[in-house]
Amino acid sequence: MPRRDDPQRDFAEALLDPSLPPPEGLTGPDGEPSADRFAVYRNNVAVGLTDALADAFPAVRRIVGEEFFRAMARIHALAEPPASPILLDYGAKFPDFIAGFPPAAGLPYLAAVARIERAWREAYYAAEAEPIDPGAFAGLDADELPSLRLTLHPSLRLVRSSFPALTIWDLNIGDEPPATVDLTGRCEDALIVRPRAEVEARRLPGGGFEFIAALCCGETVLTAANDALEASADFDIAGNLVGLFEAGAIVAMVRERAPVVSETRS
Amino acid sequence: MALVGFSQAPRAMLQRAGVGLKAEHYRTILEERPDIGFFEVHAENYMCAGGPPHRYLSAIRERYPLSLHGVGLSIGGTAPLDRDHLARLKALIERYEPELFSEHLAWSTHGGAFLNDLLPIPYTAKTLAHVSAHIDQVQEALGRQMLLENPSTYVAYSESDYDEVDFITEIARRTGCGLLLDVNNVYVASTNQQWDPIAYIDAFPLSRVKEIHLAGHARRTDDKGRPLLIDAHDRPVEDIVWHLYAHAVALNGPLPTLIEWDADVPAWPVLVAEAAHAEEIMASRGRKGARHAAA
Repeated sequence: MPRRDDPQRDFAEALLDPSLPPPEGLTGPDGEPSADRFAVYRNNVAVGLTDALADAFPAVRRIVGEEFFRAMARIHALAEPPASPILLDYGAKFPDFIAGFPPAAGLPYLAAVARIERAWREAYYAAEAEPIDPGAFAGLDADELPSLRLTLHPSLRLVRSSFPALTIWDLNIGDEPPATVDLTGRCEDALIVRPRAEVEARRLPGGGFEFIAALCCGETVLTAANDALEASADFDIAGNLVGLFEAGAIVAMVRERAPVVSETRS
Repeated sequence: MALVGFSQAPRAMLQRAGVGLKAEHYRTILEERPDIGFFEVHAENYMCAGGPPHRYLSAIRERYPLSLHGVGLSIGGTAPLDRDHLARLKALIERYEPELFSEHLAWSTHGGAFLNDLLPIPYTAKTLAHVSAHIDQVQEALGRQMLLENPSTYVAYSESDYDEVDFITEIARRTGCGLLLDVNNVYVASTNQQWDPIAYIDAFPLSRVKEIHLAGHARRTDDKGRPLLIDAHDRPVEDIVWHLYAHAVALNGPLPTLIEWDADVPAWPVLVAEAAHAEEIMASRGRKGARHAAA
C-alpha cells in the first residue's frame, strides 16, 4: 500500500530514481502492477526536463553533440529537478554541474559557454526598461561626470571566463561550420543585455568588467573607473561609457542631487 | 464555495477553433493576421518579468481571443497549493484578461520539486474532497471560474473507487468549475484503461464543458502486448479522435476547440488546416447544439 502520510512521495521518488521499484497500487487494465506503464511517466519526466535544458543551452548542445548532451542533461535533471513550475527559470545550476561533470573534463571551456547561455536566457526574460537617449550625456558638465551614478538595464549580465567563451559561443549558435579557436591564454569578459527586443552580447575591453560591476553596485563613475584602472592600466573611461550607451545598457543617470532621466516601464 | 465572474467564452469563440500559440509562429501571425478563432498559451511560459514573449503575446492579444492554460498548479497534489504560483496566475489573468482559464486534474509538484508531467491521482472520496477544496481555492484566488481538464493516464490506482467521469462530474457539481473536454485524452485514457470512449463522452457532463482540446498521440504496446497510447502533442489529430470529436459536437453543439501541437511544431499552414477541419466538423455536426448554445 502507498504510505499513508503522503502517497505521492513514493511516486515522486520513483520517478527520479530508476533504481527504485514503481510505487505500489498502480496497475494496468488487468489490475496487475505494470512497471512498463509506470515507465511512461518516468520517461516523460526525464525527457521533458532534458528538452527544457536542451532549449536553454543550444551552443553547449552543438559542441558536445545531441547524444552526449542528452545523457549529461538527464543526469542533472534527475538530480536537480526544477524548484518551480516555471521552466523558463530552469538551468541555473547546469553550468556548475557541467564544470564538475567528469566526462566533460576534456572540454574545459564548456561550463564557461554554458554560463554565457544562462546569462543570455536571463537577459531574454528580464524586466523591461527603456535605455536613456545618448543625448542625455550632452547636458552634463564635465565636472559632474565623476560623481554620476548610473542605473543599468535590469537585463544586464556580466560573464567572466578564463577561456574565449564568448567567441566559442558565437561560433556555435548558428548553423555555420565550426572554426578553430585558439584557447591559449585567452580570457574573455562578456556583457550581455537586452535593451529592447533583442539580446546582445559584447566582448568587454580590459577593465570594462570591473567598471560595470562597480556601477551595478551603485558606485559613482569615479569609483568605478578607479576599480577598472586598478585591473587594467590602459582602461579607457570615455570609450567604456560610450560602449555602455551604445549597448542600450543605461536606463537612468543620477547626479549627486536629483535624477536627470529616470524612465522605467514594467 | 464562493464563485465570482463565470468564465464565459464570447459567442464569437463558440463555433471557432484555435491553436496553441508557439514562438515559431509569432511573426507569421502578426504579419499575416490569419483568420483563426483564438490562441491558447501555457501560463507558465509567460511567467517572466519581460522579454519577447510578453511583447508578442500583448500584440497578438490585441487582435485575438485568448485562452490561458495552466500546466503547473498541481491541483491534484497532496501538498497545499503554491500560493506564489496562484498569485502569478492571477497577475497574468489581470494582464491579459483571457476569455478562458483551464488547469488539469493531475499533480506535478512534490516536495519542492516540479516534475514537469501531469501525474495521475486515485479517484476516492478523500481525493475528491481534496481536489474540490483546491479548485475552490483557485476560483476564489482568481475571482473567476476555472475549467478542469480530464487527464490522459497510463496506469490505474487499485484504490480508486470512483469512475473517472463520475469523479469529474462530482467535482464540477461541488465546485461550480467548468470543464475542458480533451478528446484526445479521452481516447488515450480509454485505450490504456480499456474503457469505451463513446460511453465516456456520452456520460461526460457536457453542459459544463466550455472548451475542447484535440491533439495527436503516439502508439506503442506495453510489455504484455496491450496498446499503450502516449499523449504526445507532436503530430496531427488521429482520425479516431476526429470521430469522437464529431460525436461530442453532435451531442453538445459547437464549442471553442483547440488544436494542441507542442512538440515538433509544424509550419503554420499545417496547424491552421487542423483548426479548419475542426470548424468543418462544428459546421456540419454541430447544428443540434446551436440550440443548446443559444439556450
